[in-house]
Amino acid sequence: MNTQARTLPRVVLVDDHSLFRSGVRAEIGHRVEVVGEADDVGPAIEVIDQLLPDVVLLDVHLPGGGGQAVITAVKKDHPEVRFLALSASDAPEDVIGVIRAGARGYVTKTISTADLADAIQRVADGDAVFSHRLAGFVLDAFAAAPSASDVKPSFDPELDQLTSREREVLRLIAQGYTYKEIARELYISVKTVESHVSSVLRKLQLSSRHQLTRWAAERRLT
Amino acid sequence: MHQRTEPTEQAWPPNGFHGPPHWHRRAERWRNRGNGEPLRRDPEDRLAGGVAAGIAAWRGFSPTTVRIVFVVITLISQGWTIPFYLGGWLLIPAKGAEASIGSRARHDSRGIALAIALASLLCVVLGLASVLNAGLINTYGWQQVPSVVLLVLIWRNASDSEQAAMRHLVEPLESIGGGQGMRRGLGWRLVAAVALLGAGFGWLLTSHESVALLRPLAGVILVTAGIVVLLGPWWLRIARDLVLERSARARAEERADISARVHDSVLQTLALIQRRADDPQQVVQLARAQERELRSWLFEGRTLGDGDATTVGEGVRQIQRDVEARHGVPVEVVTVGDCPLDDDLNALLAAAREATVNAAKWSGAGVISVYAEVEPKQVEVAVRDRGKGFDPGAVPGDRKGLAQSVHGRMSRHGGSAAVQSAVGEGTKVTLTMPRSAASAEAKGGGRR
Repeated sequence: MNTQARTLPRVVLVDDHSLFRSGVRAEIGHRVEVVGEADDVGPAIEVIDQLLPDVVLLDVHLPGGGGQAVITAVKKDHPEVRFLALSASDAPEDVIGVIRAGARGYVTKTISTADLADAIQRVADGDAVFSHRLAGFVLDAFAAAPSASDVKPSFDPELDQLTSREREVLRLIAQGYTYKEIARELYISVKTVESHVSSVLRKLQLSSRHQLTRWAAERRLT
Repeated sequence: MHQRTEPTEQAWPPNGFHGPPHWHRRAERWRNRGNGEPLRRDPEDRLAGGVAAGIAAWRGFSPTTVRIVFVVITLISQGWTIPFYLGGWLLIPAKGAEASIGSRARHDSRGIALAIALASLLCVVLGLASVLNAGLINTYGWQQVPSVVLLVLIWRNASDSEQAAMRHLVEPLESIGGGQGMRRGLGWRLVAAVALLGAGFGWLLTSHESVALLRPLAGVILVTAGIVVLLGPWWLRIARDLVLERSARARAEERADISARVHDSVLQTLALIQRRADDPQQVVQLARAQERELRSWLFEGRTLGDGDATTVGEGVRQIQRDVEARHGVPVEVVTVGDCPLDDDLNALLAAAREATVNAAKWSGAGVISVYAEVEPKQVEVAVRDRGKGFDPGAVPGDRKGLAQSVHGRMSRHGGSAAVQSAVGEGTKVTLTMPRSAASAEAKGGGRR
């Protein structure tokens, strides 16, 4: 019990729906330690500043500016705080937006309790968490071969491409495979799967492909 | 009453005809049109009766233009357009109403009596006044006798909402008369107005030959100044209120649209969910269908039609809808890229549909995931469940579903299908179709 209590990640919930907050608190309360809650950008920044949690479970849509604003403000002073974005919308530009702002992962609000607790634990451990939909977005965004007009001299051209292994991992995530299943499917270890996902996340955050942003904007119009 | 409303008549910038020489003919035309053709007053965009807005809409002018033209003509024609404006108000039905005010006024015998009485009273007053200044009364006074008649009939017979609007227009006069709404500043304005009006009317009515040219002009200016001092603030407020009212109406319409949507689908679904609360599968199914509909409305700005899909992405989402609706199993869809459908891709979708339905029926899985990826050279659809699975080697020959139908469909169109399954671990069907319809020979193929 003691050892377990020490490893429970400390979590702050940021969501403007109090019903949702209390629901999440009740459901995952025994798997993580919910230390604080906030319902908007301003209060969230304050609470996170005070409590310095391991993971912030952050709604993408907040009345006072959205999840991105919270991430940007907190990252400046406390880069060690990790964010897991949570949204009901699945609008690609929102999702890509929070990820590029620095969230370590993204899950939809329809996620099951067990999966959410797993995702939080994984983010707390420094790994990335992709929902199947986010995996689809990323594949989509990186799919189109960069045309000549899109190639902006990058510091690191590798950032603009996914390796075929990363692509394979993402495909399986998009099909709903768990990391364990992916590891078995591809004959690699779970750690390797995690490192592939983390590297995709890094590319997603650092890639200078402006195609990525444009893709997200276009996607909304179709 | 008519004496009270008279100043407001002048200040209303309503509208009527396009020139005094033709007003007889035009009045005739207007009457006929007003009853037969869709010339309607527009109370939504009213300053007074909405006649100008109605004509503007009917003839395709801007209401402001029509109003300015009317005011100019009113000045030139010595006020003759005012009774015609009121006639229009009385005879042209409001938008959305089937009958004009006039048709109701016909049965209002007390109103007609009152109107005639007021008209004759006004005639007497004008007659007396014309002793003082015959020219002025003859020029401006007599036209307004019919105006008073019409106004009385309108006032008594207008619909409730129009009466409310009129009461709003004459509110300033009521508060002067009643002394109820006396506020700071009103007293000063009243004094100034009385002084200006008194001086103005005095100059107008007592014209001595010597200053005959100068005085009417000065009188008109003084009277106008008096009216502005007295009523200006109210008119400003009314104009502001009109603008506010219009934007409020636009907001209300938007809200009505949203609430109609919420009512039509969301509330209905919630009601259904409550009634089916003992059937979890049905509840999940309803909730998911509603979620999908709302999502597509909110984020994609389109409603889900039952029309034919034209792209791979749409086709896959259609499979999702149908399977969820018919078999009650949630289907998670992820699509990467998209392209228009052709015969081959239709076959691919048909096979994907079959695989999905199969999974929904037999696997017992709680959720099925469908993944579609459009690549430059091929389109791949993977249908996966975590259900009971089966031993691919031991499928009896008579189970046609996957073996023949899916494989057959795919190979006929140059594609391929791969089935991966293990007892207790679920099933995955991977369908691959080369993209170019021209390339007959199969390219790519199942990855495993």
